[in-house]
Amino acid sequence: MTLHLAVALDGAGWHPAAWRSLDSPETIFSARHWAELVAEAERGLLDFVTIEDAFGLQSTLADATDERTDQVRGRFDAVLLAARLAPLTSRIGLVPTATTTHTEPFHVAIGIATLDHISGGRAGWRPQISARAAEARLVGRREFPPLDRVLNRPGGVDLSDDPHVRDLFAEAADVVEVARRLWDSWEDDAEIRDVATGRFIDRDKLHYIDFAGRFFSVKGPSITPRSPQGQPVVTALAHARLPYEFAAGGADVVYVTPRSAEQARAVVEEVRGLSGELKIFADLLVFLGEGAAGRKARLDELDGAELVSDAAIFTGTPGELAEVLLEWRRAGIQGFRLRPGAVPYDLERITRELTAELRGRGAFRHEYEASTLRGLLGLPRPVSRYAEAP
Amino acid sequence: MTRKRVHLAAHFPGVNNTTVWADPRSGSQIDFASFVHLAKTAERGKLDFFFLAEGLRLRELKGRIHDLDVVGRPESLTVLSALAAVTDRLGLAGTVNATFNEPYELARRLSTLDHLSEGRAAWNVVTTSDAFTGENFRRGGYLDRADRYERAAEFVRLARELWDSWQRDAIATDAAAGTFVRPGAIGTVGHRGRHFSVEGRFTLPRSPQGHPVIIQAGDSDEGREFAAADADVIFTPHGRLEDGKRFYANVKRRLARYGREPHQLKIMPGVTFALGDTEEEAAENAARIRRQQVGPQTAIAFLEQVWGRDMSAYDPEGPLPEIEPDMSDGVSQGRVPIKDRAAVAAKWRALAAEKGLSIRDLVIEVTGRQTFIGTPESVARQIDEHVQAGAADGFILVPHLTPGGLDEFVDRVVPVLQERGAFRTEYTGTTLRDHLELT
Repeated sequence: MTLHLAVALDGAGWHPAAWRSLDSPETIFSARHWAELVAEAERGLLDFVTIEDAFGLQSTLADATDERTDQVRGRFDAVLLAARLAPLTSRIGLVPTATTTHTEPFHVAIGIATLDHISGGRAGWRPQISARAAEARLVGRREFPPLDRVLNRPGGVDLSDDPHVRDLFAEAADVVEVARRLWDSWEDDAEIRDVATGRFIDRDKLHYIDFAGRFFSVKGPSITPRSPQGQPVVTALAHARLPYEFAAGGADVVYVTPRSAEQARAVVEEVRGLSGELKIFADLLVFLGEGAAGRKARLDELDGAELVSDAAIFTGTPGELAEVLLEWRRAGIQGFRLRPGAVPYDLERITRELTAELRGRGAFRHEYEASTLRGLLGLPRPVSRYAEAP
Repeated sequence: MTRKRVHLAAHFPGVNNTTVWADPRSGSQIDFASFVHLAKTAERGKLDFFFLAEGLRLRELKGRIHDLDVVGRPESLTVLSALAAVTDRLGLAGTVNATFNEPYELARRLSTLDHLSEGRAAWNVVTTSDAFTGENFRRGGYLDRADRYERAAEFVRLARELWDSWQRDAIATDAAAGTFVRPGAIGTVGHRGRHFSVEGRFTLPRSPQGHPVIIQAGDSDEGREFAAADADVIFTPHGRLEDGKRFYANVKRRLARYGREPHQLKIMPGVTFALGDTEEEAAENAARIRRQQVGPQTAIAFLEQVWGRDMSAYDPEGPLPEIEPDMSDGVSQGRVPIKDRAAVAAKWRALAAEKGLSIRDLVIEVTGRQTFIGTPESVARQIDEHVQAGAADGFILVPHLTPGGLDEFVDRVVPVLQERGAFRTEYTGTTLRDHLELT
């Protein structure tokens, strides 16, 4: 069976000094940089790319802007970037990050539905909360407690019982629920173009969603007709119990961050206790090739600090990585979202060498077997929840 | 006096009765291919920009979703960003409601579009106080008109502050020295106003146009003043010659108050057209399109909006009934309300009696014929004359068919305009500000 393989794209790669190896680093603010990366990922037959985003500017501080000038600062809106890339690709899934905290659920939902229309059924979404007080001040409607104070609470950084963070996840769950209802609010055959009666739509196939929750209410229906996948793929990054519950409640795919096969087994067990359906992917930050460890050490030196990440960091050859992935698969992991340490180098090792290594072990596709992202992930196309059973 | 160049834009056909869906040539209103076709046609014709409208709640009539017109559309900026991949020079203008957005987030999305299109982004700023539409939003409709424009003006000024907050050469990468951003080049915005309170740093370098082009589409006194102060383009309904000249003079006069020159605000009425090989054929085509736009059920629906009651029992091809309008709440939601329905009803009744019109013919008559009707030569001449006479700086063309409604205009009218020296034969710049001569 094929392993699912995705790459996470962010600027020049996931090492803060990775931009230094680009010929012209300022090209990360051009469409061409991204077009080349996503084309490479598609040539490698990967399931999808994710595009990182955050509500505010990058910073090394937990909840404030820093004054560092030696790292990438600045980032495109990921949904619009994914849309820009859609016409340039034809098979690979496009999964942008979009914040749930300060945004309008209606706008986010129609943005992702539009991405699905544009791409012919290849859209996904990674909903993300924005917990920082500094980001809340960019909107000025809510006051949040400073996040560094939250992080420094006794008991470490699992925020699962912090009331502020719990509220943000509860709100995010409502946003996903609203998006899913809006995506279903037009049945597939709502457009009838019936000349005899003069009706363009059958309005009985359009539905108010009438959502009313603690944080907002949305009437519906959507302004955007049902998209090719019906339900675009919802994905969530999760490190702890609370986000596992969030993922199990509303997502199709969860990205988890074990450090070993043993931890992977434990995480899979915990997630499976919450959902039998969720596709479980593991995140790995990777530096690939013969000189991988040396390359990473050089970048660490340039950045003035050893790289830290929420995900496990792998340095080694694509063959060695293939062995790790297959070992983790035996622990119940179904796919991987690889974060290239530096692009295009580590991306090309994934698309050209890792895929070949996996294929040699009978664990990766030889060609795209479906035209939608749901299809690639083996997810059926659901009928609208509002459609009456035949 | 030098001859003025005409500016032209293409409006994606809207979700109302003017977009004809029952015609066999009518294609999908939502497939990306339809957007690609129209945008590429517009670019083939060297048009200034492509324009998308917005409506954030489906219209209702008599408490139910209106089902007679084309309906359903994408999120504007998302589809425009995709169109940036399949076009090179065409401006990309999206309508986005200021009432249901926050400045920081929308400024960021517009800056992204401007970067990803290499300087072709435009924002049509609209506002609404419509609590009906507000039901789809966490920060729903709650402002009267004066407050709406004050809020929109503060919104635009704050967006400009965010767009300006990175210095021009902020990204000065030097891998050897380890500098990605020049020290001190990313400014901090601190805004405290009546409607917004925003503090922090913007997430994008200055975009190719600096500021995406700002379009304004309201017609009220507040709207005109807002445009005079803050907009680069006005999208107006004043497409007829005399009316257009009055509007043009009125708006251009307001600019001096804000220290602006007349050429810094382009006035572009939205217009429709019908073509033919001869004047007679064009007139026949115009009449045929009007009948397609006002089908029997649509005629009754228009009547119901004025009369404020169910009129479905009446024959659309028959005479106007004697029944009086119901002046209570009205039956329509999600469109601009008709002011003084009693007076409109009286006027319609008089017109129907005078000309002996059926309900349908009456609605065809009162809901307006095409702005420009004629042979390609005569339509090109009319367009040029309007611009030379000071009734407009150009026009936003609204086709009646998706996706082929612009083809004939681009193939037959644009070349005549070019021969007259009234319209560009090649793009001379790369950004929308270049096309609109705003730089």
